[in-house]
Amino acid sequence: MKRYRELIAERAFLLSALASSSITVAILGFMVFMGLPLLKQGGLHQLLLKPWAPFQGLFGIYPMIMGTAAISLLSLLFAFPLSLGCSFLIGSIAPQTVSKGFRRLIELMTGIPTVIYGFVGVFLLVPIVRELFQSGSGLCILTAALVLGIMISPTMTLFFCDSFDRIPKAYLDAADALGASPVQKLLYVILPAARHGMLNGVILSLGRAVGDTLIALMLAGNSVRVAESVLEPARTLTAHIALVIAADYESPEFRSIFACGVVLYLFTMTVTFLVRYLSFSKDRTV
Amino acid sequence: MKKLSFIGLALIVSVLLTCSPAFSDSLAPFKGEKGTLKVSGGTAHIPVMKEAAQQVMMANPDIQISIAGGGSGVGIKQVGEGLVDIGNSGRKASDEEIERYQLKLHKWAIDGVGPVVNPANQVKALTQSQMMDIFSGKLDNWKQLGGADRSINIYTRDEASGTRAVFWKKGLKKGPISSGAHVVVSNGAMKSAIAQDPYGIGYVSVGHIDEMVAPVALDGVVPTIQTIQDGTYKVARGLYSNTKGEPTGLTKKFIDFLYTPEGKKIIEKRGFIPAQ
Repeated sequence: MKRYRELIAERAFLLSALASSSITVAILGFMVFMGLPLLKQGGLHQLLLKPWAPFQGLFGIYPMIMGTAAISLLSLLFAFPLSLGCSFLIGSIAPQTVSKGFRRLIELMTGIPTVIYGFVGVFLLVPIVRELFQSGSGLCILTAALVLGIMISPTMTLFFCDSFDRIPKAYLDAADALGASPVQKLLYVILPAARHGMLNGVILSLGRAVGDTLIALMLAGNSVRVAESVLEPARTLTAHIALVIAADYESPEFRSIFACGVVLYLFTMTVTFLVRYLSFSKDRTV
Repeated sequence: MKKLSFIGLALIVSVLLTCSPAFSDSLAPFKGEKGTLKVSGGTAHIPVMKEAAQQVMMANPDIQISIAGGGSGVGIKQVGEGLVDIGNSGRKASDEEIERYQLKLHKWAIDGVGPVVNPANQVKALTQSQMMDIFSGKLDNWKQLGGADRSINIYTRDEASGTRAVFWKKGLKKGPISSGAHVVVSNGAMKSAIAQDPYGIGYVSVGHIDEMVAPVALDGVVPTIQTIQDGTYKVARGLYSNTKGEPTGLTKKFIDFLYTPEGKKIIEKRGFIPAQ
């Protein structure tokens, strides 16, 4: 009887695993299929490397790819030092009670919807950026990247903290025994030991930054030109999908958003594989 | 990405107690009626839709009307696919769309699309060719127009917008819009963007112009309800409510309401000209 039940449970789990994994593959298949007519028309080259000008028959998503890259990488640049400082404080410098409080706060921050960050950014940061640099509208790559950096930093911080926690206590005790100051301990013991875990955090946060829609839509200005400076507006792939979804669905504009989908999908996939690979190689070495 | 209905302005209108419980003849057909009505699409329509829905729901609490934005393209698409009962558009649906979805068009108001700037901006009059130069990116500093020495921030709407379609066709004579222009998703978003940016220029439905933004006179004509009515302001269009096939039941009654004296009063109050 017990064996029988176990068998059922096993099959049920297998089935659900199969279902969810096939959905993942099916989504990619669907996007490729829907985007296919456009690919046949203009080719992958035109789609990926040409500008976006629907009234002239150009449906390239190159500016959006560049916009996504610029905004997400810049946000990573802002988030990394912020998260590093935060996790140092929580992980080793601050007394237990303070660090616990901070950690709860940061956990709370991960739950705030991105639209709230975007909304606050519109009213607080945009005028500051506009007047500070005396150029443009304030709706630009810099503003979006700053807010996005703040948005992804809690996730990154928690990842960093977790990887600090996983460092064997013997390492830390050894450093203490040698008379290392907290900062020396951080630099020479914690950082090298937590490197892999931290990399995971960075890569997953990059994935979040790339996938976020509303912050970019609200703060980056959504222009379709490839920006020449961080003070110029730009459009991300996700914001582009949100803007073009209103178009007539028989039109090539609409088809092109499936190409955006495929690009985003492939990017996320690459990131995920990278994380898996790194965790795997880490498991082997430690 | 998964919550697209949130893009633009999504409003669920609730019955407000502050409204006068006028049970005029115009609202009589709603007596005994029950059910829900879903409206989406053009964002220029929202002020009228909201108030009309409020009055109907005040008169009859058994009726639920939900109003969402999304733009003209969304309105036509959603009504065509049967997702909503009424799909609003600020442009006439194309022949192809009408044929594909069997659309029935109900034009209930005339609206203008006017260029707007921040109230703090000194430049409040432009010629049409100046405006075309601004939007194409040829004129890029307010100083060239007698304003501050700051670059001009152009704001435009997404390609599915009816407001954009009309402004582009009649305001810019189909001239180019700079690829560096900011893109916003609704009339409301355009208004807040311009209200925030002292160096911005954009365009909104005339019904949306209030003290938050300043209208720009075009060739000496300020876009107002009067100048649209007497024909001196040329960038005008119809506001349409589209249904899939002939409207029935609550949908028909709601559209008919827009043509009653009460409905026309709302349309006028919101800055549009009721269609005859």
